[in-house]
Amino acid sequence: MMSFAPMIAEAVVPLTNYLVLSALMFVIGAVGVGVRKNPVVVFMCIELMLNAVNLTFLAFAKHLPFHGDVAQAATTGQIMVVFVMAVAAAEVAVGLGIIMAIFRLRNEVDIDDMSEMGG
Amino acid sequence: MTEATMPAIEWAMIMPVIIMMLTGCVALIIEMFWPKQNNNLIVGVTLAGLGWTAFNLIGQLGSPAGETLNGLVVRDTMGLVTQLVLVGVTFLTVLFSEPYMRQKKIAFGEFYPLALWSAAGGMIMATSHNLLMIFLGLEVLSIALYCMAGLSRQEHKSEESALKYFLLGAFASAFLLYGIAMFFGATGSLHLSNMPDHFHGEENLLVISIIMMLVGLGFKLALAPFHQWTPDVYQGAPTNVTAFMATASKAAALVAAIRVLSSFAIIEIYWQPLLVAIAVLSMAIGSLSALVQKDVKRVLGYSSIANAGYLVVAFLADYELGDPNFTSAIFYLVVYSIATVGAFAAISIVAKNGKEGTRFEDLYGMWKNSPLAAGALVVFMASLIGIPPAAGFFGKLLIFQSALEAEFTTLAIILAAASVASAFYYLRIMHAAFVENQGPIPTQAAPMKFGLKAALMICIAGTVIFAVTAGKVSQTISGDQPETAISVMNTTGEV
Repeated sequence: MMSFAPMIAEAVVPLTNYLVLSALMFVIGAVGVGVRKNPVVVFMCIELMLNAVNLTFLAFAKHLPFHGDVAQAATTGQIMVVFVMAVAAAEVAVGLGIIMAIFRLRNEVDIDDMSEMGG
Repeated sequence: MTEATMPAIEWAMIMPVIIMMLTGCVALIIEMFWPKQNNNLIVGVTLAGLGWTAFNLIGQLGSPAGETLNGLVVRDTMGLVTQLVLVGVTFLTVLFSEPYMRQKKIAFGEFYPLALWSAAGGMIMATSHNLLMIFLGLEVLSIALYCMAGLSRQEHKSEESALKYFLLGAFASAFLLYGIAMFFGATGSLHLSNMPDHFHGEENLLVISIIMMLVGLGFKLALAPFHQWTPDVYQGAPTNVTAFMATASKAAALVAAIRVLSSFAIIEIYWQPLLVAIAVLSMAIGSLSALVQKDVKRVLGYSSIANAGYLVVAFLADYELGDPNFTSAIFYLVVYSIATVGAFAAISIVAKNGKEGTRFEDLYGMWKNSPLAAGALVVFMASLIGIPPAAGFFGKLLIFQSALEAEFTTLAIILAAASVASAFYYLRIMHAAFVENQGPIPTQAAPMKFGLKAALMICIAGTVIFAVTAGKVSQTISGDQPETAISVMNTTGEV
């Protein structure tokens, strides 16, 4: 699985780069959730955060900074990504359904205009 | 690559989840073939499935701890009791859902399979030491709950609460996932039990991991400062869904958090002070913010935050005392769940002809219209306050005892103060049920249906029985370990 990695050894991107990139994506997503007003865009920001997580998993699975059963550890990280993607797809299905239901009810979906409740 | 071997599966351990999932499928198929009939058959099937699951779980209570499916599923007393709590609250919610949803004109049969699957997700979450399973269980629990919160499609506030719950829930699970990724980076595994005793690598990764996971699980537990969604969502969602959300989601998240935190023992100096702060903040916000609220469901939302704080205190004390079964946390969870489901069942009687008001004024005249509901409300509020004959008192007593024993004196004092402060708003709810209605239109509650009556009776019985047998129950939870706190409970319980 890892056999072709040494051939391009000088071109391998170090783990830190992946981690910094994914942390950056995660932060951009989290900030986006806070500042955007359209629920669809907010949800896109959440997807960005999930993709940041996926990148982290894959980077760790590739670079394996741990001991023990290395092959099994790499597989675990990759499998986790598949599950995260599946769950994200399920969330999209439900989330867009809820946004559609709101749109039918009030013809606009701005989060700040939703203040039906309050103490 | 190593040869893949099929692990031996102990079906008995995963049977409860399988029964719940299959019952959900059967209920959905019935709803598909008789879409416009009444839901009685679906309710019957659902209750039968839940009964079977409970029977299965009780049969396993004495059996030895173990794990199956390569450690993806574990069986221990804490997991079994939590699964029983989940099944129990689902049973009670389903019992009073049908009359309530008919009155509210949202009698969709899809509610029942969703509730079953959601509870099954919680059961998966409560019985695993694997972070992948905990994450999947959490998502199964949550995604079904997002749909259930938006069940009342014609009501603006229900849709609004569904959207809020969904967006913030997905946001929180992203944090949980990032925490899991960091754990994977540090240990190379998703198994909590693979956490080494002495960690030589980067401790930073583990610290980031536990903080991120605390955000994700704290959201589900409704702990401050991740609680902002709670009052809004509780108020907007249909009352039966709120009852389920306030108990099932909390039970599952509590046990998952207990498992995660106690396996992070090597960095406990980092998460313990954090958790103390979270507990104090939750108790303070939960008991003080509710004083100025005008809506009963909102008040119960804040009550849920305060109770989450008590549960964290119980966890901290049990952890400090080295109790592997977390007796006081789990016992309080049982007591809280019964009282909370009962309280929501009692206020669900206000719904009539598609309308439902849940402000304090809307409860006026409850005593006249339905004495049983008003009387039941008194019992549940007494239990939540912690007035001696009710089960809630023993729950709080046990937490208080363990907290003192573990030398968390400040936390114990704050817990007592928060209990006193929160008594005001519980008493306000009680009082509202007994005020004469003076409004222009007298609110006449619909005649009580059998399901609601049964749910209220079971909750009252539970509150009494758990009070009388408090010592015995906590002994079952703790796996017959002689403990000072429990022996105190034994003597007080028999007075």
